[in-house]
Amino acid sequence: MMAAARRAWTIAKKDIRIYYLRGPVIIFGVLFPAFLFMAFAWGRGLPARDLVPGLIAMALFFTSSATTPAVMPFETRTRTLERLLVAPITVPTLICGDVLAAVLFGVVFSLLPTAFAVGIIGAPLNHPAFLIAGILLSALCFAILGSLFSLPPTDNPSSIMTISNLVRLPLIFISGIFVPIAHMASWMQFVALLSPLTYTTEIIRAAFGERVIVSPWLCLVVLAGFTVVLWVITITAHRRNMPKRLVG
Amino acid sequence: MNAVIRVEDLTRYYGDHLAVDHIDFEVAGGEIFGFLGPNGAGKTTTQRMLTGILPPSAGSAYVLEHNMVRDPLGAKEHIGVVPEVANPYIELSGWQNLIFAGELYVLPRPELRSRAEQLLEQFDLWERRDTRARAYSKGMKQRLMLAMALIHRPQVLFLDEPTGGLDVASRRLIHSRVQELARSGTAVFYTTHNIEEANMLCDRVAIIQDGQLAAINTPEALKATFSGSQAVEVAFEGPMDPASLEAIAAVNRVEKHGDKFHLYTDSPGQVVSAVVDIARSEATRIVSVNTLGPSLEEVFVRLTEPGGGSQ
Ligand SMILES: Nc1ncnc2c1ncn2[C@@H]1O[C@H](COP(=O)(O)OP(=O)(O)O)[C@@H](O)[C@H]1O
Ligand SMILES: [Mg+2]
Repeated sequence: MMAAARRAWTIAKKDIRIYYLRGPVIIFGVLFPAFLFMAFAWGRGLPARDLVPGLIAMALFFTSSATTPAVMPFETRTRTLERLLVAPITVPTLICGDVLAAVLFGVVFSLLPTAFAVGIIGAPLNHPAFLIAGILLSALCFAILGSLFSLPPTDNPSSIMTISNLVRLPLIFISGIFVPIAHMASWMQFVALLSPLTYTTEIIRAAFGERVIVSPWLCLVVLAGFTVVLWVITITAHRRNMPKRLVG
Repeated sequence: MNAVIRVEDLTRYYGDHLAVDHIDFEVAGGEIFGFLGPNGAGKTTTQRMLTGILPPSAGSAYVLEHNMVRDPLGAKEHIGVVPEVANPYIELSGWQNLIFAGELYVLPRPELRSRAEQLLEQFDLWERRDTRARAYSKGMKQRLMLAMALIHRPQVLFLDEPTGGLDVASRRLIHSRVQELARSGTAVFYTTHNIEEANMLCDRVAIIQDGQLAAINTPEALKATFSGSQAVEVAFEGPMDPASLEAIAAVNRVEKHGDKFHLYTDSPGQVVSAVVDIARSEATRIVSVNTLGPSLEEVFVRLTEPGGGSQ
């Protein structure tokens, strides 16, 4: 168990070095959510404070799910995967390492807008514990979601990124990022409740003292549920698909 | 034989295509076991099943007594593998790649560092240890892969065509390291399509063709099964009438190759002394004499040619 944890950490450190600590990834991680957010929200003339929870949720969502989809196809293409598989490492440990790196990335890049919001705009952080718990659990959930996108045993990262964006972009419009779900029509609320990102925005809004319709505790429970279900699916399917990644 | 690799009825289909066809063999500790076959014979598929990353369709493989389907992790701690097409991380330096590999085996830090230093020296990469592998030549990358495979001092080493397309210096370095490892007790499963390499390096050779084992034996024993094709090669100072060479009782057939004659025979010793007699009686001098054993290549060609079948 300890050995497996150390192996997962080894994988995570490798991912951070190779996939995260690069100029474009970092710049994209900061700018993309910020721009999207400004384009959709600031354009409507909402006060800056109202935008804070949505901004944090969006940064968290995009950064923690950004890279896990690409790692498997990329390592299939660069022919580094087979070397990993012959080491004493199980598929869950391997995915765990990829997820761990993504969680760290997501947490760091959602703490940046949080610090900006609290320190500069003076947004009222009433319940920091909910914010921290919500960020951690959401990062885990989205990192695993990202890994799920990489199930097709292709060696083409860009086709996986296309699949990933086809799912991720619509999610941000139904999950209460721009319009709190408390202000949505009831049929929209129903759709929103199907998305894990909704529970992230809700718990972050609650942490900043905004009106919510899902209690923070329930958000944590639902996020944990999504996390477990997505994990089981991704592990089972990756295990089955792994031999198909052994090419030529 | 205390087998470190035991293969029973191992079989692999890809769809309907039978890539590995019910093969059996064993490999002992300290043995260099050559797995020789043409492209598409099933070598890589076999190695992948032996290293626990590809499930067999039937049969089983045991490495160090671990079943590679049920308990691959137990064996993976003690095996080193260089896959056929595999790369180090080009974004990382040679040193970082080695440390990464060592951490996957959870080696203690001080031991890992000294082992990494030692391997970088042994594989002639020390000077370039801090260069990213992106800038390494093909030979350097392969030497790094081998160092990574050895970081945890494995008991069994699997190499899939490790010298294919490499420069001479890298090839020789890899050969000599493999021989040293075998001398110190490591079993080596050495996949190759290069007959001369198998002949020169391996204690035993399995010849695989279309997923089936055509033969397993020492290189010399394989050659001996075709003893009829031994020959004596002789060159004379002056002209020589092939008829007088054909007249030697033990000679089956004479071929002229440039200034040399190839005298095919079952008993090269008798032929050599007859040739000396002829030279003396015809008052000419022998410039050179060699005995040509049947090459492993001939064995290989005969075993793998269509209709050649297993002898
Ligand atoms: N992933 C795969 N899917 C389908 N067929 C494959 C696959 N890998 C190998 N084969 C086929 O199986 C046979 C054996 O391949 P391989 O084990 O790679 O041979 P070798 O390593 O001896 O060149 C070949 O006919 C090859 O085309
Ligand atoms: Mg091969």
